[in-house]
Amino acid sequence: MNIIKISTAGSVDDGKSTLIGRLLFDTNSLSKDKIENIESISRQRGLEETDLSLITDGLTAEREQGITIDVAHIYFNTLKRKYIIADTPGHVEYTRNMITGASNSQVFLILIDARKGIIEQTKRHLFIASLIDIKNIVFVINKMDLVGFDEQVYLNILKDIEQLVDKFELSDKKLIHIPVSAKLGDNVVKKSNNIKWYSGPGLLEYLESLEVGPSLNNNLRFNVQYVIRPHSDEFHDYRGYSGKITSGSIKLGDEIKVLSSGQKSKVKTINKHKDNFLSAVAGQSVTIELEDEIDISRGDILVKVEDGVQGERSINSTICWLDKEALIPQKKYLLQYGSSIIPVKVSEVKSQLDFETLKFETNPDIVNVNSINEVNLKSASPIFLDRYKDNNSNGYFILVDEGSNNTVAVGFKS
Amino acid sequence: MDYLDQLEDEAIYIMREVAAQFDKPVLLFSGGKDSITLVHLAIKAFYPAKVPFPLMHVDTGHNFPETIQFRDELVSKYGLNLHIEYVQDAIDANLVQEESGKYASRNALQTVSLLNGIEKHGFNACIGGARRDEEKARAKERIFSVRDDFGQWNAKNQRPELFDLLNGRINQGENVRAFPISNWTELDVWNYIKREEIALPSVYFAHNRKVFLRDGLIWSDSAFINKSDDEEVIEKIVRFRTVGDMTCTAAVESYASDIDAVIGEIIAAEISERGARIDDKRSEAAMEKRKEVGYF
Repeated sequence: MNIIKISTAGSVDDGKSTLIGRLLFDTNSLSKDKIENIESISRQRGLEETDLSLITDGLTAEREQGITIDVAHIYFNTLKRKYIIADTPGHVEYTRNMITGASNSQVFLILIDARKGIIEQTKRHLFIASLIDIKNIVFVINKMDLVGFDEQVYLNILKDIEQLVDKFELSDKKLIHIPVSAKLGDNVVKKSNNIKWYSGPGLLEYLESLEVGPSLNNNLRFNVQYVIRPHSDEFHDYRGYSGKITSGSIKLGDEIKVLSSGQKSKVKTINKHKDNFLSAVAGQSVTIELEDEIDISRGDILVKVEDGVQGERSINSTICWLDKEALIPQKKYLLQYGSSIIPVKVSEVKSQLDFETLKFETNPDIVNVNSINEVNLKSASPIFLDRYKDNNSNGYFILVDEGSNNTVAVGFKS
Repeated sequence: MDYLDQLEDEAIYIMREVAAQFDKPVLLFSGGKDSITLVHLAIKAFYPAKVPFPLMHVDTGHNFPETIQFRDELVSKYGLNLHIEYVQDAIDANLVQEESGKYASRNALQTVSLLNGIEKHGFNACIGGARRDEEKARAKERIFSVRDDFGQWNAKNQRPELFDLLNGRINQGENVRAFPISNWTELDVWNYIKREEIALPSVYFAHNRKVFLRDGLIWSDSAFINKSDDEEVIEKIVRFRTVGDMTCTAAVESYASDIDAVIGEIIAAEISERGARIDDKRSEAAMEKRKEVGYF
């Protein structure tokens, strides 16, 4: 069994929460007390049917208003895999929460209301999917029951999607479109009797068939998170470097180089607790010992001697601004990536994305919350990031405001 | 990679971020299976060095005796450092008032002792065993969840958490609650406990117990619970799915006396884990309300 992480996107009332509720309900993932709870609330509100969206909208304010404010993480299992779904808000003002969900997922479900077709928000979602480089995108054409399960409505929306998709760099992505009714359960877990003209897989069937896993083609990037020095009798001289392998793989005897010092050594042991490994791959949290005693601390990156990354003091990137306070030019922010935190300045805001044209062509006066911008960052010390498109695991960062401590932006090196 | 390895690697990563980003972390230990799992993960994360932070237990005085005995054995076995905060002390100091009546419980009172303990020791990060699958308000929790200097959680203004980057920067007086097993479900925890052969307090397994019935739930007979005359004490074979205060944790009828049987039972269960938590039944948003004022 493996884990697949999914996030949802869609506008308000497109039925994201209902879709997830349906997935849980039809896979028998809901306990009796939870079903009774939402049935009773639905009755109190005078609804004719049980409102499945109540399963995921857990905050009082959400239930009052019938909208999703913050990401809820939902879990269910099939025999094949464990599903983690980030149910994210649809309101424009909660775009930052949507990016939070999307950045941790391998599959992006974009919901479209069959009555409305593609709207402004759909473009925004698709842009974010392309920015984050999510490999699997599912367009869920929901509420087919409200358009009489009409094939022509579905085909018209597909045509619009195709035109829209052409505007993005999505060539290596897996794209699929599924007509569903989350409310009635058509093509979610069960195949639809109402949509006989559709021969593709239902949503769960598709998710079950997806191959996911870390890309092992990338070069080794190992961020040293924590240095382990037991100073005990038994492990008196032990010096272990703990961290998660960000990308690539490492094996015993590999010649490695430490960034930024440039010192070299060889891998002596790779372990997790009392388990010793011959090799380890991306995603694994391990502790590494080296043959030589060299000075390494948190924030250093281990790479293979032959495939290191160049440190740069000036990097171009695309950032999505997440904070209510606008970007202040000339203000110092902290750039956090891997285990490193480096002070930077946004030296230049080159352009801002126009969500109408989906092009970076405006020259912004202000970098506001939810805007996406091309910028240049300058730092006092080298930043060892790959281009995000080259290595999704070592090409992203966040900016933190030293005053408020807020995470104010997420960035992708270009 | 197997899913349990994935979950373990993610949890260890989070543990190490806490230890690296904060100078005064603490692991909140309740004696329940989730916090016992956390201790196991912490030992793994820093091996062969010792766990670089202490444990803190908020002792309501109404615990299962089996849990307290287990706690003390665990601490001594692994050479852990344990702080205990007693709710009784807060009651004696008039900081909180003991509830009265049929449903009196010290569960809600724990928050004050927890916040006192945090303040007294200057802890700025509290590692907790909360899981997002437990309860709808918990499903909204970030892995690093910032609490203000009154311990309050503001659900509407949480920091976005991008990729695996955890921003632990806080101001003096604030603290971060960190949840390494956020993405685990009850069943994941049990499967992991089985795989890793982690020992648990005996109350998790079927045993004969003096109990009484109230509101369709099985309550453990105890001097801490105000029973009325018509509530008759009987004996039943039961176990506990979740272990909190005796006044707020109901038992389930069960013959599951080992891990395999427990796992089988959870897979077949029709009621969720928190379905036997009396504290969640107080109102529709009971957990959210408790979290807003500082409950972990």
